[in-house]
Amino acid sequence: MKRLSRMALSSVGSKYIMALTGLGLMMFVLAHMSGNLLIYGGRDALNAYAHGLTEHPFLLWTARGGLLAVFLTHLFFALRTWQENQSARPIPYAHEATIQANWASRHMLLTGVVILLFVIYHLLHFTFGVVDADHFKRPLPDDPKQLDVAGMVIAGFGNPIVAVSYIVAQIFLGLHLWHGGSSFLQHLGLNGRGYDAAVNRVGAAVALVVVVGNCSIPLAITMGWVY
Amino acid sequence: MNFTLHIWRQKSPTDEGRTTTYDARDISPDMSFLEMLDVVNDELIEKGQEPIAFDSDCREGICGSCCLMINGIPHGPERGVATCQTYMRVFRDGQEIYIEPWRARAFPLLKDLIVDRGAFDRIVQAGGYVSVNTGGAQDGNCLPVAKTDAERAMDAAACIGCGACVAACKNASAMLFTAAKVSHLALLPQGQPERHARVRNMVEQMDREGFGNCTNYFECEAACPKEISVQFIAQLNREYLAACLEGEGEK
Ligand code: HEM
Ligand code: FES
Repeated sequence: MKRLSRMALSSVGSKYIMALTGLGLMMFVLAHMSGNLLIYGGRDALNAYAHGLTEHPFLLWTARGGLLAVFLTHLFFALRTWQENQSARPIPYAHEATIQANWASRHMLLTGVVILLFVIYHLLHFTFGVVDADHFKRPLPDDPKQLDVAGMVIAGFGNPIVAVSYIVAQIFLGLHLWHGGSSFLQHLGLNGRGYDAAVNRVGAAVALVVVVGNCSIPLAITMGWVY
Repeated sequence: MNFTLHIWRQKSPTDEGRTTTYDARDISPDMSFLEMLDVVNDELIEKGQEPIAFDSDCREGICGSCCLMINGIPHGPERGVATCQTYMRVFRDGQEIYIEPWRARAFPLLKDLIVDRGAFDRIVQAGGYVSVNTGGAQDGNCLPVAKTDAERAMDAAACIGCGACVAACKNASAMLFTAAKVSHLALLPQGQPERHARVRNMVEQMDREGFGNCTNYFECEAACPKEISVQFIAQLNREYLAACLEGEGEK
């Protein structure tokens, strides 16, 4: 146990934690998106999926607890790493230059914090119903036992300001994944084993899929393609 | 060619330090960067001023002592060369050039542009060696090394320990240096007996020295005068995991 914790807190070990928690969050984001895309199958498809999730409260709350733990671990190690990196160079260069590091890689903390703020807002909006309470958790007209999740989403994105804020947040998430989606493979030691081109591109690919997939929903609702 | 140089001057480790501007006049484009500084220093000495202190030894790109941050890039704009092999022709006539020391908590500044890179020595002392029992040298043919391994080990061993990776890294991380040293020995049969203890001890020492963490900017690889690949950092990560899972073992 002592060995494991010493390892986890070392510079190389904490990379593994960042990588594994980042991977977990990335899988969640992809799964979450896949579920939401059911809205294109019609209101009933999304509602059936949402209802299915609530049918297993034990599984749902275990998954939520696990996700929260992963999220907090990711956040803790991100801040710890950032703080250590700040103190590793107390005197900055008078003339700073960057040779090849891209914008996404240099702003992981910024994009991460925007994601954090967005997640809080998103939970208040669609999970706790604090924002936009009028449309929250209303039953289906023809089945009072089932909640009209699709109706809530469509009404929520009916407000263009809300739709735009979701789209902007997805772009920040995309930038985070642009770097993170490849970075975690390097941290796990999977680079340099003959499939480097794939390792270097997977981040960009995941980022594009997530941004296009997630942004399409508020966009389609605003444009009136989904109603 | 003429240049305006903005150079960090600092009398001692405790002095505050400041950037001072100098003119470099009538510089031949075929002079190396260090020769250009020699010309500036000659002028300073003639004027009775303190010459600019900077490190150099071999001046042929093999010793790793000519550590200068040139316009924010270690060893200057050209890829794959040390400062001593950077020639003035890569700059524009009349260009302003900022010359700074490596900046890292683990590399304390001694004077002007010279830093103490003893942290690297201590990382190597922590495990960057192989222990050889005395006796007759083993027959070379008894230690077969696959050609691909030999070449990769050689790529890692090209590290001259200059510290450009730390200087370039926005986190001041020494990951590429440590990775090169760990990988070099991990790829060869002589490195096997101490393989796991080596990586654990070297990483621990690296952390103790106060270097930053790796977040995969890959600036190190771009700045390295020997163009050592970040793939060795991936190898370091694998080695460290394997060593930690294996257990405490020999220390
Ligand atoms: C609280 C919000 C978040 C913060 C502050 C944050 C911050 C960070 C930081 C600083 C890194 C390290 C960058 C690096 O090592 O290059 C990182 C990596 C990563 N993050 Fe986040 N992040 C957050 C949320 C997320 C979310 C929601 C996801 C999932 C979509 C995610 C996925 C990743 C991935 C995949 C990595 C790469 C791991 C690696 O480099 O090995 N992060 N994050
Ligand atoms: S002086 Fe030896 S590498 Fe430049």
